[in-house]
Amino acid sequence: MSKDYSLAELMICAGSEAFKNDGEVLATGIGLIPRLAASLAMKTSNQDLMMTDSEAFLLSEPNPVGNRGDDYVQKNETWMGFSRIFDNVWSGKRHAMVGPTQIDQYGQANISALGGTYEQPKVQMLGVRGFPGNSISHANSFFVPSHNKRVFVEGECDMVASIGYNPARLPKGYSLDDVDIRLVITDLCVMDWNGPDHQLQLVSLHPGITVEQVLENTGFDVHVPDSVGVTTAPTAEQLEVIRALDPHDLRSKQLKDNPPGDRS
Amino acid sequence: MAGNEFNKKGVAMDKRMTTADIVGELRDGMTIGIGGWGPRRKPMALIREILRSDVKDLTIVAYGGADVGMLCAAGKVKKVIFAFVSLDFIPLEPYFRQARQKGEIETMEIDEGMMLLGLRAAAWGCPYIPTQIGLGTDVVKVNPELKVIDSPYDEKEWVAMPALKLDVSLLHVDRADERGVCQIKGNDHYMDDWFARAADKTFVTCDELVDSDYFNNPEESRYVYWERSMTSGVSLVPGGAHPSSCTPLYGFDVKHFKEYNASAKEGGFEAYYEKFIKGSTEEEYQAKVGGLEAIKQLPMPVY
Repeated sequence: MSKDYSLAELMICAGSEAFKNDGEVLATGIGLIPRLAASLAMKTSNQDLMMTDSEAFLLSEPNPVGNRGDDYVQKNETWMGFSRIFDNVWSGKRHAMVGPTQIDQYGQANISALGGTYEQPKVQMLGVRGFPGNSISHANSFFVPSHNKRVFVEGECDMVASIGYNPARLPKGYSLDDVDIRLVITDLCVMDWNGPDHQLQLVSLHPGITVEQVLENTGFDVHVPDSVGVTTAPTAEQLEVIRALDPHDLRSKQLKDNPPGDRS
Repeated sequence: MAGNEFNKKGVAMDKRMTTADIVGELRDGMTIGIGGWGPRRKPMALIREILRSDVKDLTIVAYGGADVGMLCAAGKVKKVIFAFVSLDFIPLEPYFRQARQKGEIETMEIDEGMMLLGLRAAAWGCPYIPTQIGLGTDVVKVNPELKVIDSPYDEKEWVAMPALKLDVSLLHVDRADERGVCQIKGNDHYMDDWFARAADKTFVTCDELVDSDYFNNPEESRYVYWERSMTSGVSLVPGGAHPSSCTPLYGFDVKHFKEYNASAKEGGFEAYYEKFIKGSTEEEYQAKVGGLEAIKQLPMPVY
């Protein structure tokens, strides 16, 4: 196995694992690395996935990212304007990989606002966007380009934009198992929410990263099972598919200084 | 005035108006829906006309972009009903951000899909539509007007998304005729049909005004998403969505949005307003941003 791969490429491959067993659902990766992760899965491990052009059409093959040239013909399958996206979301046949600004111990996430009061936040961000509906309707995974305590916050998110495994907020008639949060891909590791009582749990460490680094940079307890693997390095085939999906190498500009995937 | 005056028996309605006529129909305190999505197909010529007017205390319902930011910056807004306000390639709308961080505006912050349900409820005459969206989140905590109810059919609780009844909707479309038949030829008409249906009156600017026979071709009438009875007035403003896009006619103006965004850090909205909008007609505005021909050459964004 070559050690010659970037951290971005490692995270794309780790992210693609999230979609492997999804069957025929709409895979939505928000941001370049999540989009490439979903695209890689659609080209390799799960060819039944569906994807949009990020605008108004559903595709039978993912579009390469960036400028595709005037002669590129995208593989449209059906019209999928924004209003119809919600028909898909509410059907549950979707898995989104999103990049929250804050994630708390319950898997609740925030992209709306930080600090201050609700009436006067210190930092106004996007608003809750589709997080409330996504989180209660279908599977979600998280992408975190910089694993630190500002993202993985103590207590609860400043604005809880998506439902998580929080007993205190569980709606009447629901069980925690109705919430479906899958993988968390960070620049340090892969985690899931399958620890005791849906606690965040370490699944694998990226090459050269220690358990201590993960724990020190997370604002709440992470369950560390007896055996924690190393995140699988990209294969030559995966790297070839990634290069075809990202011919302008936009992935090299996503993480600060484009670190190598193996930091041992 | 809207062309209703000409609604005599045997004479088809002529709904043509100027943008000043349209803004003249607005009143302080109204609830206004604005079509489009983020930096895409926003009725910006009408927004500029509102900025030049005395109208104030508006409640704005929108998938927001610079429309919401400009209205907030100009002190026109009492309350924003929103899921996001964003310029997409510039994720955070600078003036909406300022208004929120100064605590200047009331809000109703809801999910994108909840907004669609609220517009549908208004269009259908329902007081609310039940949904699971918002349960387990702060959306049900920070919005006192949002009620959680029991269902007569199951043991779960549901969010009762209230109808978002609009006094007026403002939209920009590719083409319209003088009777208010509106065509959107872009790949997505967003929620504009629901904004049209949720409002007492809908006013539209269009890039092209066409003869009614234009729509005889089913390839053209297929892109008409609401009936003309939903449209109260039509104003011809080529390039009227600038700096937002009106694909396939033109993309959004990245350079202009960058200047707009930078003005929030240096000079403030007052400087932007003075430079581009104050005392300027739409033609003068367009000349300042490079002219209508340049607007029509703006490339489509690539996603």
